[in-house]
Amino acid sequence: MENKNNIILNTENLSIGYASKKERTIIGSNININLNRGELIGLIGANGIGKSTLLRTLTNVQKPLEGTVKINDKSLHKYDAIDLAKVLSLVLTEAVSSKNLSVFELVALGRQPYTNWVGSLSEYDMNKVDEALKLINITHLKHKNCFELSDGQLQKAMIARALAQDTDMIILDEPTTHLDMYHKAYILKLLQKLTQETGKTILFSSHEIDLAIQLCDTVVVMTNDGVVSDQPCNLIADGVFNSLFPKDLIVFDKKTGSFKVKK
Amino acid sequence: MIDAKTYSKSFIIIILVLVVCFVLNISLGSVHIPLQDVFKSIIGSSTEQDTWLYIIQNYRLPKAFTAILVGSGLGISGLLMQTLFRNPLAGPFVLGISSGASLGVALIILGSSVFGGLLTTLLVSKWSIVIAASFGSFLVLISVMVVSLKIRDTMAILIIGLMFSSITAAIVSVLSYFGSAQQLQQYVFWGFGSLGNLSWNELGIFFIIYCFGIVLSIFSIKSLNSLLLGENYAKSLGLNIKRSRLLIIIATSLLAGTITAFAGPIAFIGLAIPHMTRQLFNTSNHKVLLPAVFLFGAIIMLICDSIAQIPNSDYTLPINAITSLIGAPVVIWLLVRKRKMIF
Repeated sequence: MENKNNIILNTENLSIGYASKKERTIIGSNININLNRGELIGLIGANGIGKSTLLRTLTNVQKPLEGTVKINDKSLHKYDAIDLAKVLSLVLTEAVSSKNLSVFELVALGRQPYTNWVGSLSEYDMNKVDEALKLINITHLKHKNCFELSDGQLQKAMIARALAQDTDMIILDEPTTHLDMYHKAYILKLLQKLTQETGKTILFSSHEIDLAIQLCDTVVVMTNDGVVSDQPCNLIADGVFNSLFPKDLIVFDKKTGSFKVKK
Repeated sequence: MIDAKTYSKSFIIIILVLVVCFVLNISLGSVHIPLQDVFKSIIGSSTEQDTWLYIIQNYRLPKAFTAILVGSGLGISGLLMQTLFRNPLAGPFVLGISSGASLGVALIILGSSVFGGLLTTLLVSKWSIVIAASFGSFLVLISVMVVSLKIRDTMAILIIGLMFSSITAAIVSVLSYFGSAQQLQQYVFWGFGSLGNLSWNELGIFFIIYCFGIVLSIFSIKSLNSLLLGENYAKSLGLNIKRSRLLIIIATSLLAGTITAFAGPIAFIGLAIPHMTRQLFNTSNHKVLLPAVFLFGAIIMLICDSIAQIPNSDYTLPINAITSLIGAPVVIWLLVRKRKMIF
């Protein structure tokens, strides 16, 4: 039996896509997902299936065509900007505009929803920033500027910024792109550690299916047939991953939980 | 964010430099006045010669204050533009704001013959020039903004800004073709830029509008900081993008518009000052940068004006030429040597 309080984000009959005056492009419809509090959730799907559109809709960057998204049982469009910023923080694929920001300044910007009109940091804010830096293990980078960082370090700083925002939920759009194999695993492992240590809910989209299967509590799979979410082992048992891609090149190996190239 | 306190030492130093530049600026000029008497006349007590007191109080002091307002105002509007457009090359000039002001002034000075003789005297008063310049710069800034809403590419926005400059320059050319020699001369002299034409009364009005611009900039500090992350991140931090953007634009056009109106188009200060300041203050926090740009802009403008005076001579060079001579090499130096045109 599912406890209603345990659900942080749910969608009801959600249709996503783009609407212009002339036509509506529906990318996905009838999406019903429930995301549990404190879990690490991976969102996977082939290129162009609509992962980014779904994330944009869940984060209120774009409006749903139909249906609702609820966070903490409150409809997304009922939140005002500041309140939403206190519940939901983002790590996007786009780079920060100013590479001249120091890591500390970058992370401290996460405190903006809480600071006064001129953005002064209180002692509490400072502690939150330090805490975030420590959790991500980048305290030593504090005074480096963003242009001095490697892609992996920058991604960690962006995650620290989202942490400093002190929200129930963090949504990351493809946090592992541009990273090497080690750092991909490192970042996702870090996200897992964060859910366990802070109790935050973390949703990320990724193409690292094998890593997501190993690390996530729940995996949301987007296919042409619809959106399914469950524990990774159940999804494997149901053979969901087989329907993810066209079957001419790669096949899903149930034993290893990864894709193999057809010989 | 690293607080302004960390930089208190640097701030004290540049405030001292500003004071020195201010006194230096006032003590230099075509008439030699001993430093002692300069101080005396600043505090209002009588000097050895009455003319000295008159020169300082009615000519040199307003000019020095104008220089401070112009330098700091242009520097700040450049800073706001660079953050808003996410582009280190943005500035009141590059985005065509100053050419918008020029167009407004050209329409008033050169176009008065077109509007007919009755209006001429009414139109060519100082105030109509001020209003026209502010209106022109606001109009161009709004158009650039509208275009930038449709085009996300900041490079394209800059090119469009340059195109706006070309269009206004073309219209000004057409107007000059029909204008009389006297009107042309008036316009060309306005284009040289001048800090020394303002009476205390005019300076008062200038100061009031300038203060509105500064206050709006101060209220934009927080949103400017979140805009450093990019608009989507800023939005996710709870920022009302549309409102903050409008505030920043109004602040910039108030500052750049009135400055261009009262002192003529002053080149390169808006672009170069924020970059020079970033060399000294290694931060992107606008809470530190805004006051630093303010002070630094004032200093550079006072120095430029002192150079333009050519101490102990009767000549005064066009201030616009001096700022370009100093500003352009600085921008080139930043690009070539430092490779640090980041913001």
